[in-house]
Amino acid sequence: MATREQTYSQNPKIGPDQIKLLEKLSNACAVSGDEGEVRAIVLEELKSSPSEIQIDALGNVLVTCKAKKKNPLRVMLAAHMDEVGFMITEKDEGGLCRFDLVGGIDVRYLAGKTVLIGRKHTCAVIGAKPIHLTTEEERKQAFSLDSLRIDLGSGGNDGVKVGDRAAFATTFQQSGPSLMGKALDDRLGVATLIELVRNAPPDIELLAAFTVQEEVGARGARVAAYTMNPDIAIAIDSTPAQDLPSWDDTENTRYNTRLGQGPAIYVADSGTLSDPRLIRFLAETAEKHNIPYQFRQPGAGGTDASQIHKQREGIPSISISVPGRYPHTPLMIARLDDWQNTLALMHAALQTISPDLLKRPR
Amino acid sequence: MKNLIQKLVESIGPSGYESAVREIVRDEVAPFAEEIRIDALGNLIVRKGSKTKSGMRLMLAAHLDEIGLIATHIDENGFIRFSTLGGVRPNNCPGGRVRFMNGVEGVIGIERLENPDRPFSIEQLYIDVGAASRQDCPIKVGEVAAFYRPMLDLGGRIAAKSMDDRIGVAVLVESLRQLKKTPHEIYFVFSVQEEVGLRGATTAAFALDPDLGLAVDVTLTGDTPKGVKMEVALGKGPAIKVRDGKMLSDPRLVQYLIETAEKAKGPYQLEILEGGTTDASVIQITRAGIPSGCISIPCRYVHSPSEMVDYNDVQNAVKLLVTVLSNPIHLG
Repeated sequence: MATREQTYSQNPKIGPDQIKLLEKLSNACAVSGDEGEVRAIVLEELKSSPSEIQIDALGNVLVTCKAKKKNPLRVMLAAHMDEVGFMITEKDEGGLCRFDLVGGIDVRYLAGKTVLIGRKHTCAVIGAKPIHLTTEEERKQAFSLDSLRIDLGSGGNDGVKVGDRAAFATTFQQSGPSLMGKALDDRLGVATLIELVRNAPPDIELLAAFTVQEEVGARGARVAAYTMNPDIAIAIDSTPAQDLPSWDDTENTRYNTRLGQGPAIYVADSGTLSDPRLIRFLAETAEKHNIPYQFRQPGAGGTDASQIHKQREGIPSISISVPGRYPHTPLMIARLDDWQNTLALMHAALQTISPDLLKRPR
Repeated sequence: MKNLIQKLVESIGPSGYESAVREIVRDEVAPFAEEIRIDALGNLIVRKGSKTKSGMRLMLAAHLDEIGLIATHIDENGFIRFSTLGGVRPNNCPGGRVRFMNGVEGVIGIERLENPDRPFSIEQLYIDVGAASRQDCPIKVGEVAAFYRPMLDLGGRIAAKSMDDRIGVAVLVESLRQLKKTPHEIYFVFSVQEEVGLRGATTAAFALDPDLGLAVDVTLTGDTPKGVKMEVALGKGPAIKVRDGKMLSDPRLVQYLIETAEKAKGPYQLEILEGGTTDASVIQITRAGIPSGCISIPCRYVHSPSEMVDYNDVQNAVKLLVTVLSNPIHLG
């Protein structure tokens, strides 16, 4: 077991151990409200850490890494454990289940996808009428959620019950410079936060929140921030990279972020206006350490920061994300170097952040 | 007071970037304040008076911020794509002039519309700052702008961008200036981030935990050609809000404001607003609940670059507010 003094000076790196952890986190199922599997991994990983760990009433894992000096800046970091998925709402005959969406999922993605249901990861498929039987007209229409069923193929005796969650059944893999898997939104953040707790700097009080129910409205972060009541908060999340060429070769002006350009720093999304002092601080820190970064295009979307900054008397907040293609689908593609640079930027930022930051002009 | 209004509406302060406006207000209130502080989100909180036996702890709120634009992309020819901060409507944009926080000014252009009969979206608009290329463009992704144009003084009526809610800010500043004696502990809150979801007032109300909340903001009017159906009109006095899209005003407070206005022989009108809301709606549901209401300044063309108010309404709002603050408040 390494103590904090021993690890402090080292820059944490994404090596085989960290990728193995991400694989474990990605393959675990933790649809909003049922985050137990990921929570268990987080607790196991932090077992030997010298921090205080608490599980709150909603299931957030709240970690406190005390500072070595008095009156330290109290910095909250949040990464959400939950993922988008499904909930069984009704069992029809023969192992067919009606289901509802949990979190933001485009129904057009669903037909034909395999899912894992409940804590036993029972395998099933989202079924739809096959091409043999559909007319040309039908094939032009998107399936409605009402017309789709999860088919267990079980005949009915399967132990699945109403209220069980289902997640996409995707196995994590590495491909060249890329990481591919389900729920990398926000297991990348969870894995990053675990590394930051292990390498917590001595000058600040690091408050790490592994949150629940982000995908249904940042509900866990809301109560976690109320409990922690920090001076500053940073959400570590994942955000879409829609950096593909346009079909007509016009300039792609709405990419949100781009793969390979480094961590995405938020200026504004639907839920939060990042504190301008934190925007400048993260950008300056990246430049000082030669870490590539990009600004996420201001626009829609939201992170845990959307709730955190409004708690109690107000908490200056910002978000930083690892960009990824195709989030909220069965498979997201992220770049290993973007993840490494996100960890590097966060680590560098935590080493230099101080109460003086809040005395700067906004 | 017109000078103060002009100074306020001609400064730039989109949501989240209220510093310049906050500094103006801070200088204006300093001679009259007993305590001034700026909180974690940037709300300017000004105290006057201490709670006496017949007094209350009051929170007044007017928001510093205005709707604005934020750069999302600089294209290869130097045109700036943008999204919005708060409720900017696309049809109020083309031809408009904007100013970024760094002083750069530009005009809003629009793509050729395939079908001019269909409504267009913000994504079809761009800002032209006169740059010839991406490298030449003095604006980067994430930089913030607001509509910019000078105030128009039409005598009885005045028009400007950001009358929502600099006129409320002006009413609070002027009321503080005129207030001689009060039995109350009054917090004048100049709030931030109202236009993006009442965020500043949310945390300020938590911090202050007042006995009563009162917002001063603009409301729509029903007195323009083929406009919205609404009772409120310019020139008929400040509007006492009964209801809006997100709040039912405390009926006792509504009644008290009506009686106070009538006793002082000041004009007033009652406001029922179908959509939209004010800081009061979040103050009301803070902690264990806070009786809340709102005095509204009737305003035409809200969220356009030329929002118009009646100067008499503004002065009568100050009169009503000063009377309310000078005396004990009885909620029936």
